[in-house]
Order: sequence, then structure tokens, then C-alpha cells
Amino acid sequence: MTEQAKIIELEDAVIRFSGDSGDGMQLVGNIFSNLSAVFGNEISTFPDYPAEIRAPQGSLSGVSGFQVRLGSRAIFTSGDKADVLIAMNPAALKVNAGFLKKNSIVIINSDSFQEADLKKAEFATANPFEELGLNSLFVQVVSAPIDTLVKESLADSGLDNKARLRSKNMFALGLTCWLLNRPLEYAFEMLKNKFKKKEQILHANIKVLTDGYNYGHNVHASVSTFRVEAASLEKGLYTDVQGNRATALGLIAAAEKAGLELFLGSYPITPATEILQELSARKELGVKAVQAEDEIAGICSAIGASFAGNLAATSTSGPGLALKSEAIGLAVMAELPLVVIDVQRGGPSTGLPTKTEQSDLLQALYGRNGESPAVVMAATSPSNCFDAAYMASKIALEHLTPVILLTDGFLANGSSAWKLPDLEAYPEINPPYVSPEMKGRWKSYLRDEETSVRYWAIPGTEGFAHRLGGLEKDFTTSAISTDPANHQRMVEARQSKIDKIAVPYLKLTGHIYAELLVTGWGGTYGHLYSAVHQLVSEGKEISLAHFSYINPLPSNTFSVFSHFKKIVVCELNNGQFATYLRSKAPEFNIVQYNKIQGQPFTVNELVEHFTKLLEEK
Amino acid sequence: MNTEQYTPQDFKSDQYVRWCPGCGDYAVLNSLHKAMSMLGIKPHETAVISGIGCSSRLPYYMNTYGFHTIHGRAAAIATGVKLGNPCLSVWQITGDGDCLAIGGNHFIHTIRRNIDINIILLNNKIYGLTKGQYSPTSDKGFVSKSSPYGTVEEPFRPGELTVGARGNFFARTIDVDLKMSAELFAEAGRHKGASVVEVLQNCVIYNDSIHKPIIEKDVRAERTIFLEHGKPMIFGKNSDKGLALDGFNLKTVRLGENGITEKDILVHDAQTQDNTLHYKLATMGGELPVALGVIRKFDAPTYDEEFVRQINEVQAENPVRTLRELLLKGETWEIK
Repeated sequence: MTEQAKIIELEDAVIRFSGDSGDGMQLVGNIFSNLSAVFGNEISTFPDYPAEIRAPQGSLSGVSGFQVRLGSRAIFTSGDKADVLIAMNPAALKVNAGFLKKNSIVIINSDSFQEADLKKAEFATANPFEELGLNSLFVQVVSAPIDTLVKESLADSGLDNKARLRSKNMFALGLTCWLLNRPLEYAFEMLKNKFKKKEQILHANIKVLTDGYNYGHNVHASVSTFRVEAASLEKGLYTDVQGNRATALGLIAAAEKAGLELFLGSYPITPATEILQELSARKELGVKAVQAEDEIAGICSAIGASFAGNLAATSTSGPGLALKSEAIGLAVMAELPLVVIDVQRGGPSTGLPTKTEQSDLLQALYGRNGESPAVVMAATSPSNCFDAAYMASKIALEHLTPVILLTDGFLANGSSAWKLPDLEAYPEINPPYVSPEMKGRWKSYLRDEETSVRYWAIPGTEGFAHRLGGLEKDFTTSAISTDPANHQRMVEARQSKIDKIAVPYLKLTGHIYAELLVTGWGGTYGHLYSAVHQLVSEGKEISLAHFSYINPLPSNTFSVFSHFKKIVVCELNNGQFATYLRSKAPEFNIVQYNKIQGQPFTVNELVEHFTKLLEEK
Repeated sequence: MNTEQYTPQDFKSDQYVRWCPGCGDYAVLNSLHKAMSMLGIKPHETAVISGIGCSSRLPYYMNTYGFHTIHGRAAAIATGVKLGNPCLSVWQITGDGDCLAIGGNHFIHTIRRNIDINIILLNNKIYGLTKGQYSPTSDKGFVSKSSPYGTVEEPFRPGELTVGARGNFFARTIDVDLKMSAELFAEAGRHKGASVVEVLQNCVIYNDSIHKPIIEKDVRAERTIFLEHGKPMIFGKNSDKGLALDGFNLKTVRLGENGITEKDILVHDAQTQDNTLHYKLATMGGELPVALGVIRKFDAPTYDEEFVRQINEVQAENPVRTLRELLLKGETWEIK
């Protein structure tokens, strides 16, 4: 067989599906990443969808993309540039032209590259590739008249033309499977599951998918195809999980471990809504999810449920966090457990709702009236959202405090293969409940001397009826107090309660002593790790210390810092974590690397920048 | 009924009550203690939630579980308390500013959902805690510190808003009438679903005697009517006046005049689903007497019960109970 000679082995490959927002690119991207995961690859995905639900057809603003990266070794990001681009129309080609590797393959639907289509995508000439500077030395083009082929493929299906064309994403998927040497069987399984009750559509999709594969095999036999071998992953059962779902599952896990009912009060907001949707669907687990009338009612119902003895959470994005500020202050004052999840997006105001950013950090740390300390932490990858939500719940329940967990649009929508967690291996969750012997002498703000945490008495418990509230209370009697010295004492007690929380040590990747320390927090971990790893393996004097816990900071933070000449803080904002670190430890030489474009870092730009910093010495 | 009996004293906390001398809130507090003892509920299975304002201090004076929260949000917090533990008897104490201005959105949605919370709305038509600004229930033209030339806006009428938000329980009482208040609070407590009791309450400092034209002893019998389900709508010092229909409107008629007899008088049906007449009764004033008592009490499915029912139904069909079982039911693959 001739084509066997043309298979190129890759350690990893980046595939980007791109088309109109109605072209079904998210679906085929998902199927492709899942079947690659089943094949045994490491996967990381990143959907990039437009803010408009249906922008004008063929327009640049309506391009919807889904990027999948497959690896035969550990991968930490969804990749900077693509090896394969599927462009269903000229707009998709134009938007993604800058994200192509040299020698990449571009699959286009030639039926949608007609004069009118080119015009919609604002091309001036009839040759879009030339116009974009993509000559045949740079990219190989697989051009297929997908509309025509799909219509022919389904000529006997009984479907009308419009319905037939809905399957054209499957043709593109078939072509991609051929190009990456992926068997189709698992895709069939997934389609059978998805279209269980729509047999005609199921058969149409399977037929078109197969025809797409065969078309590539027969017609484009001269094009090189790729193979990415299975990775040597840890043994066990795996699933594919998106960040938002992992966050929801982490809350479920914590409630299960703590033996508490889980309550979510929330209000739909991009890109956090899937957390509400996932938990609303989990009634078999007894999850109580309420879609409240607004963001404020979302958090307030959660505070009420927390008072009543549930593990309570609220989920939102930046604008919603702003609306919840006063209520978070109430949870600080009432000293009730509460998990606040902020899936960050581009701001301020409505900003870039579907894009990612890390610009809510200072809001999370300081965006409340009064001296109002709360725990702030961040998730580092889509699957890490599970552990982060679990730990946020554990800290909230054990220290009776609001915990703000920062994820972001990149993590929320991205997915990665995830080994099913063994809850036995997760730490116990032990809230500081009142004990029967406290009856009679207990007051609502009586504190454990060591941790400064008060004790939790749940309504319904006889002998512990008490009143909480936003007014300052007396340290000893727990009655309302306006005593000046008492207020200071209580402010200090609430602060010390947070300061005393033990969070895991900051870990270093690379050298313990080096020229340059790279730091960041939250969702940029994969990119920062990949860049630093690359430079370390090139023998550079560079290390990474990435933060998951921001308030309080790991206790070894500044001793780690002291071993480096220069520290660069990399963030998708204008320098919020850098400002925070400087305020805590002004003695260090902290420089910033900031990107505020609604997009994640690329490994390339990081490597370039760090190399420059190392050369500066 | 519970076998243990609690007295009003059992619902009193040991805190010193700090309202202005002569404030109507004292009477409401006493009526609430009384109502709770009448209901046979247990102090430790009762939660009293409030927002911000003079009346919102009330939870501190209850020997129950209590939560004095933030301005306007008591309804949302009470919703979470009820769903967090549906066995609790949940009460919301709120004022006209807290409930109808900053908390207006939560108020209407709580009523719409029909969650089993008892909302005691103390309406003194003024902001007391901030020292005398007009409130959303102040009459048009009302002169206050923030409306020195009189307001130019129409007020909310709590009963109208309750009915308009598809509420199923609305009652009205007067702060100083302890017996009526206690009975109506208890009636609200017995009603399953969101119940609103408006208390015509006096602010002795900033809006003294605002309800006087209606409730003062010598005029009260003529200016108010106490509605009771199944009884004719008769009022007046001599019980000689009644309410009758005049086309689509209500009118006052006098028994014995123009051949009017008791059978021409409307009989109060608080329990009918159709709220048309309840709306008219709840908004009476001026020429018509202000309605007291239970104006509407319609039994409908409650949010908290439906919420639990749905979980039970799903659980009856789906045996998955743990995270592990859930994940194993989804798509997985094994790396060997």
C-alpha cells in the first residue's frame, strides 16, 4: 500500500476545527478529542467560540473554533499553532491563518470558497491563500467539495438538501480521522449515543463520516498523514472532563466526603453557566441547585443554606462577583462556610464574555467594604478544577469562611483526560461542629484558640439557638457590640483565622537556585510549565513556582523567592498578582509579563520572553 | 400538634430590646412570640431572618435560630434556609424600605415561587434607621427629609404587589392590635407557601400617627373592615355597613337603606384561586374601608415541596448515589 510510506510520526499534533458558529465544529471537535483519548493519547482541548449565538453566516465575527491537541507524552496546553486546520469557509481560514505551523495541512470545503463567500470574509481577490501569504511551501491544502459530496452521499437518505448539509461537519471529521490515522469505530459509538432517538440522522451522520474518511483515503493518497502514538498514562479508568464540569464534580465530592447536602445558588452567566447546569441535573445525588432571580439572590440563598447546615456554593463570572461583594462580606462577618466560584472572563463591565482573562484577582482579594479577608485560590487546569473545588469546600467548611475559587474561561471550556478520582485518597473534611458538652456555655462567636475558628451550630439542634448577623459582635458574649477595642479585636481575629490556614507548600519546577524564577497563578500553569520545561531542558537557569493558593500564600513563598535574582510574574491581566506580591514582599526584584487579549499565553511567546530576560542578566 | 408546649416566654431571648420608646415594633415582637407559641413550633426548629432596618433587629430578640443579614436580601437568604432544611419554620422580618425598595426583586420572586416562608412586613411608610426619608410606600406628596417639597412618585401598595406577583396569602393587621396580629401571624405560619402579613405600624419618631386616620379608636370601626373567610363583609360601629358589588367595583352599602339586607352583602371567600376580588379588597382605602384580616389564602403547591418531590422522583428512577457511580455511568476508557 502506497500511503503507508507517507505516515509521519509526531509526538504531538494540534488540530483546529473551524467554521461558522452553526457548522457543528464544537461537536466534531469533541468527538475527535474523545476518540483520541480512547485511543490512548493525552488530550487537551480549547474551544474558541464567538460571543454572538448566530453571527451573520460566513462573517469573520461568526467563526467558531475548537482546538484539540493530542500527545504521545504528557502535554500541558492545547498548543499554540495548528498542524491541521479544518476551515469550513474563507472566514475560518482568515481568522486562523496566523495560527498555522509551517508544513501544516489545511482542509477546506471548496464549495464554500466561492466569490460570495470570499466577499463575506472580506477577501479582495479570488485567491485567499495567496492573499494571506500561505503559499504551497508553507501549507498543504486538501480541498474537498464537501457540500456536493455530502448531498451525493445522502442522495438516498430521504432527507432534504438542507437536512443533508447539516452532516457536513461529519465529512470534515471523517477526513480528519483519515489524516490522523484514527479508526472510526469509537466515533460511531458516540454518534449512536447522541442520536439514540433519531435513527435517520444517526445513519446519515455515520454514512457521511465514513464517506469523508474514504474520500481522503482514495482521493488524497498523495498527502502525508500523521500518527500520534498512545501515551504511557498511569493505569486506570479515564474520562474526558471540561473545567466547569470538574468544578461541579469537585463540590459533589466534597459534600459526599463531608456527609453534607450540597446547595448551589446561581444565576446564568458566561462562562460559568455549565456549573449551574451540571448541578441542576444531579438530582439523583440529591444536589439542590437553584437558579435564582439574580446574582445577589444566588449567593444569598447559598448563605441561607449554609446557615441551615449545607455545603453551599455560588458560581459566577466577574460582573456577578461584583454584585455578590456585599454578601461575601456578610459570610465573612457571620463566619459561615461558602464557596464562591468565579470563572473569570475578559472585563471590565461586560468586556469579552466568551474570552479568558485573570483580571478578577484584586476584586476577589479586596473587593469588599471593611476589613474583610476571604480565602482566595485558583485552579490550574481543567481537571484540576475538581481538586480545587474540593479543597475550596474543605477550607470553607473547616474554617467557616467564604473561599473564592478563581477559574477562567480557558479552563472552564477546555478539557483534558482525567483519571477517575478515588475519594478514599482525598483528605477528610471535618467541620468544627458544636459538641453536646458545649451546651449552656457556648456562644456563637466562641473561638477555637488555636485556629481562631468559631464553632458551627446548625438550626434544628436543641440547646444551640443563636443569632448571627452583619453587626459587630462582642468577642466574649457574642452580643451586638460597638465597643471600639472589641471591634479591633474582632477584625484581628477574623484576619488571623485566615492567616492560620495551612495551605500546601509552593513547589518548584527546575532549579532551586537560578537566575530567573517564573511565577504565575491559576489557569496559565500549562503554558508556563511547558515554556520553563523547554528552557530547563536546554540547560537554562530558570525555574517555575506556580500558585494555586493566593490568600493565604504558601508559607515558604518568600524563602523560595530569595534564591532567585529576578522574578517574573506572568499573568493574563495588567499585573494584579505582581502588585499583590510586591505589597507582601517589597524587597524582591519583581518584573511583569502581561497579556490582556482575551487569549491564553502561547508557549512560544513565553520562551522568547524568558530567553530575553535571561540574556539581560 | 407537638406534645411539648412552648409559651411566648420560650421564644424571648435574653437581649435588651433597643427600639425607641413607643415604637410599634415592640407590639409586633410580642405578637410574634404569642403566635409561635400558638403554632406549637419549637424554638430550635424555627429560623427568623431579617434584612436591615429598625424592624430587622427583631431576630436578636427571639430565642430561636436567627440571622440579621444585609439590606433587602432577607427573602433570598430565607429561601436558602428553607431549602437547606425544609423542616424549619422560616420567618422573614422586614420593613417597607428593606422589602419593597432594595429588596423588591427578591420579594416578588419569593412570592412567585411560593416557597414556605412567613413574611412579616412592618409598614410605617418611612425610613426610620436612616432618620426620616420617604419610603416606597409613602403617599404621593409626602414631605420628608429627602422630599422637602413632597414626593412626586406613586407608592407601592404591598397587597397589590403581593397579588400581582401571584401571591397566595396576604393578610393585614395593626401593630397595636396584639390579638389580631398574633392570630394572623399564626394563620400565616399555618399556611403552606409564601405568606405576607402587612402590619400597619407606627414610627413614633419620624412618622408618628401615619395610620391614625384609619386606626384611631373612634374611627377604626368605620374606616376598616375585618375580613373572615365565609362571613359577610360587614363593618361599622353598629355593624350596619357592608361591601357589595357595583358593576365590577366595590361599594359601601348601608343595611336597611334602599332595601339592602344581609343577603346583598358580599361573603368573603379568601380561599378561591381567582384573585380578582382579593386584589380589590387588598387595595381598598379612601371611600372604602381598609381591609384587615386574611384577604387571600389559597392553597397551592409550594416550591420547597416541589423541589424535594423532583429530587425524590429522579432518585426513584435513578439508583446512582455517589460520585463514583456517576462517573462510571458516563463515558470512560481504561489504560491498562
